[in-house]
Formats: sequence, C-alpha cells, structure tokens
Amino acid sequence: MTATTRDKAVAEKAATVEFRRLRREFGKTIALDGLDLAVRPGELLALLGPSGCGKTTALRLLAGFEHPDAGEVLVDGQDVTGVPAHRRDAGMVFQSYSLFPHLSAVDNVAFGLRMRKVRTAERRARAAVLLELVGLGDKGERFPHQLSGGQQQRVALARALALRPRVLLLDEPLSALDAKVRLTLREEIRRLQRELGITTLFVTHDQEEALSMADRVAVMRAGRLEQCAPPSELYGRPATAFVAEFVGTMSRIPGHLDGTTVEVLGQRLPADGEVPATPEVDVLVRPEAVHVAAEGQGDARVVATAFLGATTRLTVRMADGVEIKADLSTHEAAALAAGTAVRVSLPRRPVLVAERAH
Amino acid sequence: MARLNPWRWCVLACAGLYFLVPLAASVVFTVDVPGQGVTFDAYTHILSADGFLSSLLLSLELAAATIAAVLLLMVPAMVALRLGAPKLRPVVDVVCSLPLVVPPIALAAGMGTVLKWGPEHLSRTPLFQTFVAIQNPSFPFVLVLAYVVMALPFAYRALDAGLRAIDVPTLVEAARSCGASWPQALVRAVLPNLRGALLNTSFLTLALVLGEFTVAQLLGFQPFAVWIVTVSGSQAQLSVAVSVLSLLVTWALLLALAGFGGRSRTASRG
Repeated sequence: MTATTRDKAVAEKAATVEFRRLRREFGKTIALDGLDLAVRPGELLALLGPSGCGKTTALRLLAGFEHPDAGEVLVDGQDVTGVPAHRRDAGMVFQSYSLFPHLSAVDNVAFGLRMRKVRTAERRARAAVLLELVGLGDKGERFPHQLSGGQQQRVALARALALRPRVLLLDEPLSALDAKVRLTLREEIRRLQRELGITTLFVTHDQEEALSMADRVAVMRAGRLEQCAPPSELYGRPATAFVAEFVGTMSRIPGHLDGTTVEVLGQRLPADGEVPATPEVDVLVRPEAVHVAAEGQGDARVVATAFLGATTRLTVRMADGVEIKADLSTHEAAALAAGTAVRVSLPRRPVLVAERAH
Repeated sequence: MARLNPWRWCVLACAGLYFLVPLAASVVFTVDVPGQGVTFDAYTHILSADGFLSSLLLSLELAAATIAAVLLLMVPAMVALRLGAPKLRPVVDVVCSLPLVVPPIALAAGMGTVLKWGPEHLSRTPLFQTFVAIQNPSFPFVLVLAYVVMALPFAYRALDAGLRAIDVPTLVEAARSCGASWPQALVRAVLPNLRGALLNTSFLTLALVLGEFTVAQLLGFQPFAVWIVTVSGSQAQLSVAVSVLSLLVTWALLLALAGFGGRSRTASRG
C-alpha cells in the first residue's frame, strides 16, 4: 500500500467530534462545567487555557480514560460515552514519554496492529512506512532510551496514527521538549495532520503554539468554553476580556464609558461588542495598536524598553501610574529611551472594554 | 572501573577473607578426612544419602509453588495499587512489612496451634479434609502458605522498585489507546517492563524457601534445610558437604536467573 492511498483512506472518513454539556467533577474540583464544543471534520482544534481549566479532562473523556458525570461525547454523531477506551478509535500522544521501553521504535508503532492480530510481516512493514512518514525511517530498531525526546514523540505520533484512528488526540505533546525541537515538531505535526486530513484535538497551555498551529482555537476557563474561533479572530476580536488577556499581550487603560462610546486618553472611541453596565471601565489594547510619540510636555514617561528584533516593546507609565505596553518599530523606538516624556494615543477604531479590574 | 589503590586492595582483601575463610574451612573439613588424606567421599555419598533427593525436590517444589503464589498475589495487587489507589500505598507497605517484625518462630507456633485446634473443632465439617490435605507430608501446602507470608516484605520491595522505574498509568493508557484491552495492556505493556523486578522477587523467594528451617521443623516436615540439620547429627562431614553444595547450587541458580534476564534483554535489543 502506498502512502497516498492510505492518506486518502484516512481523509475520506475524517470524523466530527462533539462535546455536549460535559460535566466532570473530581471531589470538590469541577474540571468540566457544562462544556459544549464541536470539532469539524479534518480540522486541527487547539484546546487552550490555563492549567486546571479542564482541557486535558476533555481530551481524556474523548479518549475514554475518564467518564463524564453528565453530558455526552459524540464522534460522527454517535454517542461513544459508553465505549471503552480500546474501542474508541482515537490515537493519542501523551505529554510524558509514553513509548513502551521494552520495544524498539518499529515494534512500538506496530503495537496497535499486534493487538488487532495483524500478521508480523505486514505490521512491521506498515510500521516502517509510518516511521518514514515521521522522518525516522532509519531509527526503527532503536529502543526508546536510545532516542532523543523529540524522536520519542515522533515515534509516539506514528504509533498513534498506526491504527488509522478517526481522531488524533495530542495532550501537550511538545511541552517536555526544548524550544528548538518544539518549533520543528510543531510544523511537522501540522504538515502530517494536513496531509492525512485527520480530525485532531490538541491540548496546550502555550498560546503561541495554539495560534500558530490550529485551524481554530477553543479557549477554556474553569471548565467552560470562553470562545472558539480561528486564531486571527481570537486575537483581533476576542469575545471576552479573559480571552483578550489570555491570548497575546493586553494593556488595560482606565476609561469612562458613556453609552456606546468610551473616553480614554483624551479620545472618544466607539466601544466594541458587549459593554459592561458600569461607567468606570478598562479599555483593552494590544501593544501594536498603541501610538507613542515623544512630546516634551507629555505626562507619560517611558520606563523600560525591550528589544525584540524588528520591533521594540516600550513600557510607558502614565501620570496616574497605569503602565501601557507598546510595540514600535525598532527604528522609531530608537529616539525613545527610558525616561523620555511621551504622549500615548490610540487609533480611531472600536476598542474592547471590560469591567474595571480591582 | 575505579583504580585499585593500596587502601582499596586492603578492604577487598579483608572482605574476601571474611567470606572465603569459613567457606574454605568448610571445604577442607569435608575433603580432609583424618587418617585417609584428601578424599571426596563426602560429596560422592551425597547422592546416595537417605532423604537427600526427596528433601531437595520437596524444597524446590515448595519454592516453585511459593514463587507462583507470591507473583500471582502481588503483581496484580501492586499494579492495581499504582493505578487505582496510590494513597493506600503506605498501608500496604506496612502490612507487607509485618512479617519482618513477627519472628518465624511465633508464626510457626501460631500455625501449629491452629493446625491442632482446627481438626478437633471441625471434625464434622468438610474443612476437616482441608486441614488434612494441606498437611500432606509429600507436599505440605501449609508451608507454602507460611512462605508466602514470609516472602511478602521482599516481594513488595522488589516489585515496588520495579514499578517505581516505569510510569504504569501512562503505559496502560498508551496501550489502551492502541486498542489493547485491560488484560492485554497489563500483559503486553506493563509486565515485560517488570522483568527485572519479577526475577528479583523470584530469586529472593527461592533463596528464602531453600534456606527456611524454623517453620518447617516446628510443623514437622522435612524439606532440604531440615534434612541437612537432621543429617548433621549422624554424618557431620556429609552435612557440611551438602551445605557447601547447596551454596554452590544457589549461586548457580542466581547466575542462571540473572543470565536469563540479561541475555533475553540484550537479545531483544540487538
């Protein structure tokens, strides 16, 4: 069997996944508090959130390692809540290295086929193809302890794909790796996932990872879904203040809400989306949306600069002590050393407002 | 390997003397018969000695049964403990260590009392036959029961060390997501990685059973260790020769077990 026919075989049956009002408690901790989420066929959906938000629990419910207290998990419209883990048809890559230490790489990949009683020669051949696919064709006879962390996770990925699962589950597969390996493996997972067209859930607490890899990102908080949207929308039009601050960098600037407009930094700007009921609000702004210009009489001062390459991030302290982060091109920022008096302004665009913190 | 400087040589020599002198003395005692010079008669007589083979066989059978019972009891229990109730580990630790605190002689005395008391009170029930059966002199199962208890501390520690080295929950989950049922996950993914711990447990149990004297003697059975002591009264040289031999046999078994474990590991890695 060639790689292309197998790829088609996977792509044809890309599955949908749906969580319906999932609830799961561990003692007094509520891991999932009515989670609703639908994953489209063939997409890579990242579950993003702070630790303890229930994202891993959601994944484990789909894998069959946990059982919900209420609600249901549907794969291709069928309720799989009662199906045991080994019949779920879900390949999983774990956060910790999970290869079987007593088996070589090729036998690890072939493990699932062995459970399905596939003949030795055939399963070894298929395992070899999969190892080739993850770029480890020459490392088949190595044992896990002879492989680097990145290589082990590649083998784990091949093992998860060996049974042609309907869904691929990735539970922070990159978090144990060092930064450089993480970047290359990130691209590799994405490439493979696209090639195979397999519906994939990717759990991560690293927003950069989620934004750079996923078709859509589901931000979770305290067992609930906050927002599920493509990365650009999540970044540009966050639905809630939590999403705004969790994804990317946000500065809060105090403002005064008046109907649907908000007065901030001496400007009057339209408020975007839902507005809080109180007039005292915070305006949420991204660093790249903040204009900073040197002005002798300005009551704001640059207190710190951080060189990021093409851009430089300035921290500006306003007269009232509020700190605002602003990204300027390094060229512009050259004139604005720490201590410079500046004036801060926002572009004439709708801004996101949130209830004032503290 | 570290260099052997004079100080290390000295320590090595002292340790060597400490172990080898008694051993050498035993060997000399068995081969140097006064008036006859050096002779290996003591060793050649072992095989023909009355009760040697039967007692050795009995000990090996008891050892095999005990090893099987200990592994069947402890391996599933310890894996379940890791997976299901990690908080209970200290409790199991204490329970499994109790046999170290209770002297074998107390264990034997207690068992003797029960074995005497039981048949009297249960003579009219089917349990009477059970009491008779477990004391069958050709295979006293009651000794297996006692040895299982006595082997618990060693088995617990050996298996615990083995389980500590692997991430059991993740291995089981990985196997399950690869389509393995619970029993398959345990047999195919967990047990092969416990090979060393299983061998250690088996060997410790084997050594314990081959050398156990107190319980067997007090309950009136005659496995190997009891036979050696019995024979030493009448034929001192023979009994020391048997001791030397049993030491060598135990070493041979240890080497065989270690070699078995080591070789199959390198074979599977090659």
